[in-house]
Amino acid sequence: MTEISDNGVFEEVPSPFCGVGTDDLAIKVVGKVVKVIKNGCRVNTPAFEQPIGDIRPRVEGKKVSLKVAIDRAANLLRKAQLPLFGGLATDVNGMRETLALADRTGAIVDNMNFEKALRNFRVVHDSGWINTTLAEVKNRCDLLVVVGCDIEALFPRFFERYLWTEDCMFLDDPGHRTVVYLGKGPSGPASKSPSGKPAKVLACPNADLPEVLAVLRALVKGNSLDITGVGGISVGELQRLAMQLKKARYGVVTWAAGAMEFSNADLTVETICQMIKELNVTTRCSGLPLGGKNGDQTSYQVAGWQTGFPSRIDFSAGFPEYDPYLNSIESRLADGSGDLLLWVSAFDAEATPPTTRLPRIVLGRSGMKFEKEPEVFIPIGTPGIDHSGHAYRTDNVVALRLPKLRESSLPATSDILAAIEQALQET
Amino acid sequence: MLIKLAGGTVYDPKHGVNGEIRDIFVQDGRVVEKPSDLKINAEYDLSGKVVMAGAIDLHTHIGGGKVNIARTLMPEDHRADPVHRTELTRSGCGHAAPSTMVTGYRYAEMGYTAGFEPALLPINARQAHMEMGDIPILDKGGYVMLGSDDFLLRLMAEKKDQKAINDYVAWTMVAAQAIGVKVVNPGGINAFKFNQRKLDLDENGPHYGVSPREILLCLATAIKELGVTHPLHIHGCNLGVPGNKDTTLNTIRGLEGLPAHLTHIQFHSYGNEGDFKFSSGAAEIAELVNANKNISIDVGQVMFGQTVTASGDNMRQFANNHHADPKKWVCMDIECDAGCGVVPFRYKDQNFVNALQWAIGLETFLLVDDPWRVFLTTDHPNGAPFTTYPHLIRLLMDKSFRQDMLQTINPSAAAMTILGSIDREYSLYEIAVMTRAGAARILGLQDRGHLGAGAAADITVYTPHEDKQRMFEKPDFVFKDGELVVRDGEIVKVTWGTTHVVRPEFDNGIEKLLKPYFDRYLTMKLGNFKIYNDEITEDGRGSLTEHPLQFGGAA
Repeated sequence: MTEISDNGVFEEVPSPFCGVGTDDLAIKVVGKVVKVIKNGCRVNTPAFEQPIGDIRPRVEGKKVSLKVAIDRAANLLRKAQLPLFGGLATDVNGMRETLALADRTGAIVDNMNFEKALRNFRVVHDSGWINTTLAEVKNRCDLLVVVGCDIEALFPRFFERYLWTEDCMFLDDPGHRTVVYLGKGPSGPASKSPSGKPAKVLACPNADLPEVLAVLRALVKGNSLDITGVGGISVGELQRLAMQLKKARYGVVTWAAGAMEFSNADLTVETICQMIKELNVTTRCSGLPLGGKNGDQTSYQVAGWQTGFPSRIDFSAGFPEYDPYLNSIESRLADGSGDLLLWVSAFDAEATPPTTRLPRIVLGRSGMKFEKEPEVFIPIGTPGIDHSGHAYRTDNVVALRLPKLRESSLPATSDILAAIEQALQET
Repeated sequence: MLIKLAGGTVYDPKHGVNGEIRDIFVQDGRVVEKPSDLKINAEYDLSGKVVMAGAIDLHTHIGGGKVNIARTLMPEDHRADPVHRTELTRSGCGHAAPSTMVTGYRYAEMGYTAGFEPALLPINARQAHMEMGDIPILDKGGYVMLGSDDFLLRLMAEKKDQKAINDYVAWTMVAAQAIGVKVVNPGGINAFKFNQRKLDLDENGPHYGVSPREILLCLATAIKELGVTHPLHIHGCNLGVPGNKDTTLNTIRGLEGLPAHLTHIQFHSYGNEGDFKFSSGAAEIAELVNANKNISIDVGQVMFGQTVTASGDNMRQFANNHHADPKKWVCMDIECDAGCGVVPFRYKDQNFVNALQWAIGLETFLLVDDPWRVFLTTDHPNGAPFTTYPHLIRLLMDKSFRQDMLQTINPSAAAMTILGSIDREYSLYEIAVMTRAGAARILGLQDRGHLGAGAAADITVYTPHEDKQRMFEKPDFVFKDGELVVRDGEIVKVTWGTTHVVRPEFDNGIEKLLKPYFDRYLTMKLGNFKIYNDEITEDGRGSLTEHPLQFGGAA
């Protein structure tokens, strides 16, 4: 449990922002001002310290009471034939209420990052994977293969917390782990071992990763290939990597679906995952999909247990219908089939809703700014700062208990959505 | 509010009531003695009806990471069984890995009022409780999984005394909000992380040099010494391996009289005889169970059709991945704590192995004499979804139906089972024992599973029928804590059950060992790992019910 020390500092604070479950932050709170004083990073520090904005709700740009805003939101929802619920960046309780309201109003729900996450979900729906979690990486991983992502730019404390650790249960010297980048190389020094050994980089444009991974998988299977190179990487180098994977006692292949910006990237994730399965015939090797910032995994998990599906769920027929393509909010906005947008974004004031001609109800982190003012804007608290809650980290296994750090009077997502649902029932 | 359930035929094995016509009075959610002041607020005429306590499923995978993986893996299965929203109930999905709300509705619609998640990984217990928090009507609880976690194996390898083990077990139970402890493939999940593919009962595991037998003994001893009522819940070594009956027999013998519950024993009752080197070990195992009063079992019955298996035993799930149908599966190693494996299965009645599995499960039910020590499970969803229970009850209660079914399975399997020669038919009283009174007793739920004064008014009312499947799939009434939640097999009110826990005592000094371990090796602070009461109760729906410890022998 996050503890507050005598000097007003919260110790062991978990972060819902970074996706990799850091829970060792020290945070000082004075009034409504939050300051990370220990173990901050490029992602967490600004996310925690984002200053509080206006806390009054607005209807058509005018400051109103919370009740007026809730009633207006309920009215808009009552009139809507096919509401679209997007963003979905919130905590477990926020997502629970989102789904309750969607079920009642026949909405389509879609997380704002699902287009990226779908690259992984397609693989789970179609063939599955062998994955691991962060503590296993920390204690067992002797070979880390990083596919197409600059980990330290996305997850600044990954190497410090999970690879270059002082302590490790099963490796004599965790500083001797091998790191190989495939595709994009690292932007900074975090992947360099404590003794200064840089990671090996087999560089290629990310767009060549499908071919490169297909070749690597073929080599792992022992197939011989009548080519000398692929994507600018020699087959000899890939052959060496295939051997390293086979010889590793606990290899880990990591990727960030969000960073795989090329078409049909799900097929490349599948190639990685099938290769890992094949490696496990003789040794151990696991995948580690990285992501989970700002409540992404939370949204997929809660939708998973309440509906069976992760996102892009249409409740309009009275039951959850999953279509990972048709039910994207983006395409629904484009084809004009929705008639209201409800946007939930409790973690990042910059994760604003798309601009559309449809009326918009926005539950946004206080301080959110808009190009075009929405019909209803209700500033909400951030889980883990303004109210307690739960959020998942990237490996899906660990849910963090988020504490309340300050008294801001900003409501939780779940409180607002429950009030809207209540208002809907009262008429 | 006083309710009278008048003139039903009552089966209440805890009090030896076997089909007697009785009135039952319910006040403020509890069964009460006949009150002297007879102002009845509601009366139900139950003449001609069968009345039992609400049923309790003591082993059902209804919450936690692997269940949600199973859901994610099976979109096509959900599409085949969409569940519509009603005025009262939420929408969701059904069949093999139903959504949480649908899980609660469908259990309640069958007359069940409690379900226990058997595999609460300590590090994932928070998720399991959150999922179970979204299961309406049912009471729930979980068994925390130990035995492949590195901390325990370190304690054992360092030859720490039993007291240290007890403190760790108790600390973990409290931190994870559990009512029992389960061990899954003891040491095996850990060994798989070192690339070992099999770990026999007396084989020393890698790195720590600790054998499964030692793990079982040390955990079973801890449970007994801590006063936890539910005995160590054991998913043994070598699940699904032909010939594993010997492992199971040795496991029972090796427990040296300590209380233990062997779960989904059907999957651990295989011989290796016959043309296909696969045969039934049920008779031998049942004989040993009958002779060892310290042992209880649940069956893990296989039923034919599509399902998805979700288990902590990733060593065995990986080994079985080639059986995946459809061809997709997930395995995970988890946080130096445990693992999981999720593999879809389609059990076919014309497949020799599947058909014999079906027969082995039924042999087990019918050959174990004491219904207080054998429990009705399909290891949902691993042997079949829990919605098959009424069919299973018919198989147990109706010999001629069983014989008819036996005629339809793979003939080679039919020839390998003694099922056709078993005449036993379960009585309603015995069904009430195995699904109510016995389950409550083995879990230490003193106010559930019976209809005596003081019991929680979890009550199910059936119309008797020759076809027991029809009888049990659609109760007339189900009361949960005194509230009518189901009428004619349909939800009429949605309530929220409690979470049952025990809190064994421990010396807090164990945190002096645990804190540095968390700081050095795990990825979460010890304080952030513990699940606090308000996490379960703060939504205003959930609650915690703590049960007393019990020292000095069986219930």
